[in-house]
Amino acid sequence: MAIWLDENSRVVVQGITGSEGTKHTRRMLAAGTNVVAGVNPRKVGQQVEGVPVFGTVADAIEQAGANVSVIFVPPKFTKDAAIEAIDAAIGLAVVITEGVPVHDTTEFWAYSQSKGTTRIIGPNCPGIASPGLSNAGIIPADITPGGRIGLVSKSGTLTYQMMYELREFGFSTCVGIGGDPVIGTTHIDALDAFQADPGTDAIVMIGEIGGDAEERAAAHIEAHVTKPVVGYVAGFTAPEGKTMGHAGAIVSGSSGTAQAKKEALEKAGVRVGKTPSETARLMADIMRSL
Amino acid sequence: MDLFEYQAKKLFAEHGVPVPTGKTATTPEEARAIAAELGGKVVVKAQVKAGGRGKAGGVKVADGPDDAFAKATAILGMDIKGHTVHSVLVEEASNIAEEYYASFLLDRANRTFLAMASREGGMEIEEVAATNPDALARIAIDPLTGVDAAKAREIAVAAKLPEAALAGAAELLAKLWTVFVKSDATLVEVNPLILTAEGRVIALDGKVSLDENADFRHPENAAFVDVSAVDPLEQKAKEKGLNYVKLEGEVGIIGNGAGLVMSTLDVVTYAGEEFGGKRPANFLDIGGGASAEVMANGLSIILGDPAVKSVFVNIFGGITSCDAVANGIVQALKIVGDVTTPLVVRLDGNNAEEGRRILKEANLPVVKPVDTMDGAAKLAAELAAAAA
Repeated sequence: MAIWLDENSRVVVQGITGSEGTKHTRRMLAAGTNVVAGVNPRKVGQQVEGVPVFGTVADAIEQAGANVSVIFVPPKFTKDAAIEAIDAAIGLAVVITEGVPVHDTTEFWAYSQSKGTTRIIGPNCPGIASPGLSNAGIIPADITPGGRIGLVSKSGTLTYQMMYELREFGFSTCVGIGGDPVIGTTHIDALDAFQADPGTDAIVMIGEIGGDAEERAAAHIEAHVTKPVVGYVAGFTAPEGKTMGHAGAIVSGSSGTAQAKKEALEKAGVRVGKTPSETARLMADIMRSL
Repeated sequence: MDLFEYQAKKLFAEHGVPVPTGKTATTPEEARAIAAELGGKVVVKAQVKAGGRGKAGGVKVADGPDDAFAKATAILGMDIKGHTVHSVLVEEASNIAEEYYASFLLDRANRTFLAMASREGGMEIEEVAATNPDALARIAIDPLTGVDAAKAREIAVAAKLPEAALAGAAELLAKLWTVFVKSDATLVEVNPLILTAEGRVIALDGKVSLDENADFRHPENAAFVDVSAVDPLEQKAKEKGLNYVKLEGEVGIIGNGAGLVMSTLDVVTYAGEEFGGKRPANFLDIGGGASAEVMANGLSIILGDPAVKSVFVNIFGGITSCDAVANGIVQALKIVGDVTTPLVVRLDGNNAEEGRRILKEANLPVVKPVDTMDGAAKLAAELAAAAA
């Protein structure tokens, strides 16, 4: 079992003809993902890696049965691509693109909410992978086999690191939600889905400095999550006022510090590791005790 | 990117938000000339990106050109909260009847935009929010519909602005929203927003933060960059397309992925506690690729920092593979040449074995491979301490 992405997922790639889109289509296919369509209005009828290119997401849904979109288009065109996916009422749109203006994200997120039919993951995220079943995005497929740990993370490489350290147990689904100030799917959404998923026994949650998403997730865990949760927060030593790589990763004044996030999580009963390796060990202990 | 007041007011004026007439000066002579041109009383305001300028003595009223010269002499060169004053804004003095507050901002937590407005202006808004929360109106703005005339009036009314200011404030708010949207701002703030004795509503101050992700549609923003405030190594990194932030320590850091690099800073700081408090010298995310060229660019920037005594290269091979990174390191060391600073390298993930073998066979004395992140952090801190 898995959340949001499984063996029934049929993926359409928006931006399939771009270099990133083509490269990752190849990788998704190699991971066994059912990539059924690409979209580029100027290249209708062509094939990329054996995948047919359609003019619109709506055509890809109608003619190829797509139900998940992965968006690789450049930042300039991301809002329009997301709105096209939402208008086509696709169930899941995964926005990989980095560098999307926050006004654009806020707008297409509001639009998705007004329609109520499309879940957005990202932007600026590595995507979602249910190892052994399907892979929508750029998460390396061969790090870990399927298993019963769920993972939700703001960071890409820390996700891969954690998957690697816990590969003997395997993962149900790994969701990279992205490090931008405004994102579609949140830690809380993923926690709820893992809590409800009979294929997930325990959850790793990776956060980083900036905003208050981890604090709100902590309050949510306390009230709604009964499965064991292990947490990690990056950026304890980040100075105030400096953006650390992700547009959302910035400590301003007393808000957004890693310490505050750690304390909130621990108060909610989450075991928080000091380093990624220690976090992995905490989760390994839990998996062995289950 | 945060703007100076004069830059914010320039944006305001371009979108029809009323602001006092004024110009910037970098010398007292210029300030005198501007005051003479404006005539009458003027205000001389320090241009620094910090709050509390008034309290610090950075804002002064001058009676005329000679007084403006004297006030500018006093303010230029001042230090306000660690910021040196390099320029002043000289503008016509206003007859303030009342002071209010207004802003539009990105509301991260609710993933929408927010208007905040208050009849209590002129002081720090955090103080109003803490001491008199009812006086601060907060109104969510739907990103799909924005702020029209009716919404602008709703905000002004919610802020309990007096009848005399309502129409002027609503008109200003609608235009301020245009600034927020058209400039791709994450914050536009007017504090104080004033009602003059003559009954006009104008923006007496201005604070704007812009979203750098939107720079591609705002080529004009390049003029806003405060070149004097940019660290030279950060500037060099930016030109090479690298994501580098200078920090205060001795251990240079290179990693792939923002989260992993942030985590590396933490792990090095913890490890450094054992070695007299050695700390990371920088944040540097070389991204997914890690080609020899990118690695060489990164290394040369880090080694350009004289504080760096050791370097920790922390790579998790996810999309990229470790053998490519190892080859990148070997070639980068040839490109940079003459490297004597020890390089602790941790390669894990995709093709890590092969990457480690390449490093071993290259037999480079400065390269110290370590298998784990925690172990590598410890060695990097130890080597930095030994070199000090």
